[in-house]
Amino acid sequence: MRVAIIGATSAIAEATAQNFAEEGAELFLVARNAEKLAAVAADLRVRGAARVDELVIDVARHREIVEAAGDVDAVLIAHGSLPDQRTMEREIDAQIESFNLNATSVIALAGAFANVIGDGTIAVIGSVAGDRGRRSNYVYGAAKAAIHAYCDGLRGRVNVVLIKPGWVDTPMTRGMKKNPLFADARSVGRGIHDAILRKRGTVYLPGYWRWISLIVRMLPSRLVRF
Amino acid sequence: MSAHESWGRFIPSEPARVVAPDWTSEIPPLDTIGGSLLAYGRGRSYGDVCLNNGGTLLDTSHLARLRSFDRENGILECEAGATLDDILRVIVPAGWFLPVTPGTKFVTIGGCIANDIHGKNHHRAGTFGRWVLSFDLLRSDGSFHCSPTENRELFDATIGGLGLTGLITAATIQMRRVDSPFVLTEAIPFRSLEEFQRISDESDAHFEYTVAWIDSFGGRNAKGIFYRGNHTNAEGRAESRPTLHIPPVGVLSASVVRGFNAAYYLMSQDAKPRVQHYDPFFYPLDAIANWNVAYGKRGFLQYQCVVQSIDATAEILDRTARSQMASFLTVIKKFGDVASPGMMSFPRAGTTLCLDFAAKHKGLLPMLDGFDELVASAGGSVYPAKDARLSPTRFREFFPQWESFAQHIDPRFSSSFWRRVTS
Repeated sequence: MRVAIIGATSAIAEATAQNFAEEGAELFLVARNAEKLAAVAADLRVRGAARVDELVIDVARHREIVEAAGDVDAVLIAHGSLPDQRTMEREIDAQIESFNLNATSVIALAGAFANVIGDGTIAVIGSVAGDRGRRSNYVYGAAKAAIHAYCDGLRGRVNVVLIKPGWVDTPMTRGMKKNPLFADARSVGRGIHDAILRKRGTVYLPGYWRWISLIVRMLPSRLVRF
Repeated sequence: MSAHESWGRFIPSEPARVVAPDWTSEIPPLDTIGGSLLAYGRGRSYGDVCLNNGGTLLDTSHLARLRSFDRENGILECEAGATLDDILRVIVPAGWFLPVTPGTKFVTIGGCIANDIHGKNHHRAGTFGRWVLSFDLLRSDGSFHCSPTENRELFDATIGGLGLTGLITAATIQMRRVDSPFVLTEAIPFRSLEEFQRISDESDAHFEYTVAWIDSFGGRNAKGIFYRGNHTNAEGRAESRPTLHIPPVGVLSASVVRGFNAAYYLMSQDAKPRVQHYDPFFYPLDAIANWNVAYGKRGFLQYQCVVQSIDATAEILDRTARSQMASFLTVIKKFGDVASPGMMSFPRAGTTLCLDFAAKHKGLLPMLDGFDELVASAGGSVYPAKDARLSPTRFREFFPQWESFAQHIDPRFSSSFWRRVTS
C-alpha cells in the first residue's frame, strides 16, 4: 500500500503515518520544513515503512505534489493551521491567507488527486469547527466548512473519507486551555488509519463529537454566540 | 493536559512551568528558560526524582522519535522520550529484545538512563547503563555527545545521575538477540527466605531472568513464588490483553492484600515450565494503566533496598509482618556483581527487596527510617528512583560519592529529590 501524506509533520498526520508504517506501507511525505520532515521520515522507516519518500514544498503547489506522489492507494490531506481569531478580525488579508491555506489548497489537492486516484481513497481532515460557525473561531470554521461541502460532493466521484476531529492535544492547540474532551494525537491517528482502511465516509474523532456537534448544530442561532 | 506528578502520588508538587518541545531541533537554549530545570518523561518514578516543585519541567513526551535501527547488529538510536513500548514494537519482530527491562514498558529511554534501571536479569546483564553506547546531553553550557570514549566523565555521571547533569535528548542502545517473543518460565513455590536463597543460588547460573514474589505477612518465613525464565525459540500464543483503567478508590486494604496473597500463592503452585509471551512475563502490571491509584488519595510509598547480608532483609520482612501494614507487591531478587559505569548507580551485589505501602498508615515513615538504619549498618543502599522520604544523612551514607557526582551537575538543573537529600 502506498500512502501520500500532505502536512506530514503535523502531530495527527505523524501519528496516522506511524500506523501505516508499522504495517509496512510505502509512504510519500510532503511538508515545508526539511529538518522536521527528515526526523519524521527516519522514525517511520525504523517503525517498518517499506519505503519513505520526502518532498519539501509549499502545499499550494498541487500539480508538482500530485505528480511526485505517483501511484498512490490513499492520500491524507492533513495540513492546516489554527489562526488567531482576533488577529483575523483586524487583518482581512491574513484572513484570506488563512482561508487559502486551510481551504483553497486542500480543495486544489483533493480535486487534483481525484483525477488520478482511481479506486484509491482521498482522506481529508476537516473539523467539528466547520459544522457550525462560531464567534470564537469562524475564520477557521468557514475554511473547514468549505472542505466539508467539497468532500461531500466529491464523494460521488471517488472514495472520500472526511475526518472531523474535535479538540486534539497537538502543537496547533498548544495555546488553548485543556479540558477532559481533549484527545491525544496518537488515538486520533489510529482512528484516521482505521477510517482510511475501512473507507468510512465521515468520521468524528473521538466518536462522541458526533453527538456534541449534532447538539451544537441544532441550537437556535440566537443562542450560538460563543 | 496530564498532571506532572510522580507514580507514588505521595509528594504534592507543582512545577512553575512546563516546557514541552515538539522537536529536538526546537528545544530552546536552556539558559533562556527561567527557573531550575529538570527533565520529565512519563512520571513513572515513584518519589520525587522526577519532580521539580516550583521549578521548570522539560517534558520530553513529544521527543519520542526513533532515529535508526541496525537490524544486523541490534543497535537502536532514538530520542530520549521514546518509551520501551515504542522500541519493543520495532525490535521484537526483528529478533531483538531490550538488554535490560524494568517491570513496565511505559518508561522513557531518558528515564532508563537517568535512573540506571535494572531488571530480572541483573545477575547476568547488570544495569541498563551497561548497554548504553552513547547519548546526546544538552546542558546550559553546550551540548555533548557522551560515550565510554567521549566525554567519559559526563557519561558516567549521567547514567544513574537522576536527570541532574543536563537534558538527555537522544541515545543509542545495544539490544540483545532473541529467537522469538516468548520466554520459557517456571514458577516455584517456596516457604522461607532460606529456601528462596537456595533456589536463587541454583537458578542464577541457568536462568537469565529470576525474581520472586513473597507474602509480606509472613516475615522471614514467608511463602513466596520464585519466577525464572529464559528466552526461547518455542512457539507460544500471544495473548491480546486489553488495558484496564481503574477508578481512583483505595482498595488495597490489609485484608484485601492478605486474601490476595493467599489466593495468589495457591494459584501459582504449578511448577511445570510454560511458554509465555514476553508481555505478561515482564509487564504484568501494564495491563492496568493506572494501578497506582489503587492506594487511594494519599498515594503510596515504595521502599527498595539492597544489602549484602540476608539478615537485614529478614529483619525488614519480620518488621513488615509485625506492622500489619500490607505491602501489596513484595519483590525480592539477588543482584549480581556486574559493575555499572554509572557513578550514582544503585544496584550492587546482594539481595534487593522491594515493598510498597499505602501512605495512609500511621507509623509508616518511622518504620521506614528504621529500615534505613538496618540497611546502613549492613552497608547497603536505597533506590532513589523509588524514594520519597530518605533523610539527607542516610542519603549521604548510601551514596558517599555524592560530592564528586555533584561536580557534574548542570548548575541550572535541580529536582525536588536533590534539594531534599542535600538540604
